[in-house]
Amino acid sequence: MTQQTDAKLTSVNAVKDANDVSTETAAILGATGAADRLGSEYDEELLRKERKANSAWSKLRRNKTAMVGLVIVVIMVSLAVFAPFLTTYDYKAIDPIASYLPPRIPVIEDLGIFDGTEIKKGPEGTSTVVNPYVQKNRTDEYHIFGTDKIGRDLFSRMLYGARISLIVAFGGTIVAGAIGVILGLIAGYFGGAVDSVIMRIMDGMLSFPFILLAIILMTVLGSGLFNVILAIGIGNVPNFARVVRGEVYIVKSQEYCNAARIIGVSNIRMLFTHILPNAISPLIVYATLGIAGAIISEAALSFLGLGITEPTPSWGQILYSGKDVMNGHPYIATISGLFILITVLGFNLLGDGIRDVLDPKMKK
Amino acid sequence: MLKTILRRVLQIIPTLLIVVTFTFILTRMIPGNPAATILGPQASAEDIAKMEIKLGLDKPIWEQYFDYIFAVLQGDFGTSYMYNQPVTDLIASRIPNTLQITLVGLLIALVIGVCIGIYSALHQYSAGDYIFMVLALVGVSMPIFWMGLMLVKFFSVDMGLLPVSGRGDANDIIDVMRHMVLPCFCLSTIPMATFARITRSSMLESIHSDSIKALRARGIKERSVVWKHALKNALPPIVTVLGLQIAGCFTGAILTESIFAWPGMGTMIVNAITNRDYMLIQGVVLFFAIVFMIVNLIVDIVYLIINPRVNYEGGGK
Repeated sequence: MTQQTDAKLTSVNAVKDANDVSTETAAILGATGAADRLGSEYDEELLRKERKANSAWSKLRRNKTAMVGLVIVVIMVSLAVFAPFLTTYDYKAIDPIASYLPPRIPVIEDLGIFDGTEIKKGPEGTSTVVNPYVQKNRTDEYHIFGTDKIGRDLFSRMLYGARISLIVAFGGTIVAGAIGVILGLIAGYFGGAVDSVIMRIMDGMLSFPFILLAIILMTVLGSGLFNVILAIGIGNVPNFARVVRGEVYIVKSQEYCNAARIIGVSNIRMLFTHILPNAISPLIVYATLGIAGAIISEAALSFLGLGITEPTPSWGQILYSGKDVMNGHPYIATISGLFILITVLGFNLLGDGIRDVLDPKMKK
Repeated sequence: MLKTILRRVLQIIPTLLIVVTFTFILTRMIPGNPAATILGPQASAEDIAKMEIKLGLDKPIWEQYFDYIFAVLQGDFGTSYMYNQPVTDLIASRIPNTLQITLVGLLIALVIGVCIGIYSALHQYSAGDYIFMVLALVGVSMPIFWMGLMLVKFFSVDMGLLPVSGRGDANDIIDVMRHMVLPCFCLSTIPMATFARITRSSMLESIHSDSIKALRARGIKERSVVWKHALKNALPPIVTVLGLQIAGCFTGAILTESIFAWPGMGTMIVNAITNRDYMLIQGVVLFFAIVFMIVNLIVDIVYLIINPRVNYEGGGK
């Protein structure tokens, strides 16, 4: 399996390198050619334009799906960061009387939707429209996502939950990336027995279905924010290690590396300044897609009751609390699930877009 | 090629040893004393000590480790404390249920996913292609446990069309199938979306290749070009993804089963963890890992057969 991945990586990379070099030289050649004809001033400007148009960022900006993804990601991160300014209710404030108030949004309520009413099913298939806001004497309150079992405002909890979910996702990916990169570098650079031992351990870890590994790690570590990050991080280490190892194998025997070795560059410097930068583009793609996966993992663990637990809100934890009241109060699970879906979609769109930009072979 | 395959087969031995060691270490690290758990909160210290001896928990940890490895080598995964039955028997009784939904789900995903991928590749940038690819992207981003809840709410509770949970009456094939609809659909979502995406990109590469252009130029029937030649060339990435998705399906099964109360391996392991049934956890995890490795092995071999360019020996012929 490892060799197979390497083989694929090699071919992908070869094409990538070839393409990069050819477009760049073409741009430079074209520019210098124009220079001869039109004079140096115009030429420098043209060259600058070419370079700008070819930079990863401007390519990404022209990629519509990536931009949609980026917008979603920016919105979600902003909601999390600015949660205190966007919410009017305290996310921890318990109000047992106001439990399970359905969503009620100002202005829109005049249209007859999200007006705080809900359909209550009576016996023998009868159903009546009730308004808990009136029943509970809370007519002056607006909970745009409703409230939970103990009357906490769901909108506030979703926004503060976004903080936890995103911290877990970024944190888990950073942990996985850091350990994975180091192991991958060591395995790829030193090769031989070190490589075999590290990669066999990685294969062993990959042999566990991810969720099972995470479940067991959570059982060992106990629930809690830091442990969720650790469990998701450890579970994702092998992916990063493999990518980095593959890249190292490709570049370490190239001439510039030999040259660096001859002038006596130390191993550490060699790894971090000459070899690692080559692995950056696949790493960015993996990290972006990894964040999407980590959000799902957090939700899945919390859904099984093993991740983030009360009273800390996270999207998975809110979904977990909504799953048992799916019939009476479906909005809790619906809203939290939608947030998870949209955010994961955003990161996946962005990751796909970055891959298209950084890996010309995938571009069709 | 035979040598390459043999080499690849032998590679799983060290991995297996690592997996067994991992499982052992991790399950021993789970907090709580299993002897105390079995006997309940009222048990005296003496009873707990007796139970520990009975379970072999009083031995030094390395001795427990070697006992475990030897037992596993003989196909003995230990006895579940919770069910008081051999773990292998429990796995054997549950695995058909899990396979029932995972295989059906995977088959649906493969057939529909590949067809969508081919359609999208042949009608690149058409409205249909666009819609399918947006759906596929939503599919790969879907938290399936949430989708499961939504499906149950909509189809079972509100519409009353399908059963909410359970496996149905085993003698009534229609009933069983009705119970399978939602779990299978749930399980097939992510693989289907993944197959559609990979098939599309692989087919695009294939139909734009010179060999396919040459076939078209020679006037070979379009149907034959697409299904016989282009698809064959596009197959290797699909096989790789299939291997990964088989593994992914087992992961999905753990979540799906817990939503639909499907009596398979997933619900068993979740129960085992809550009840600290060490032996059962070890056994199930080990079983999953072995299945995983075998699937990977088969995928690598199939890959080698359909794509002889890959060389697992790294260099050489």
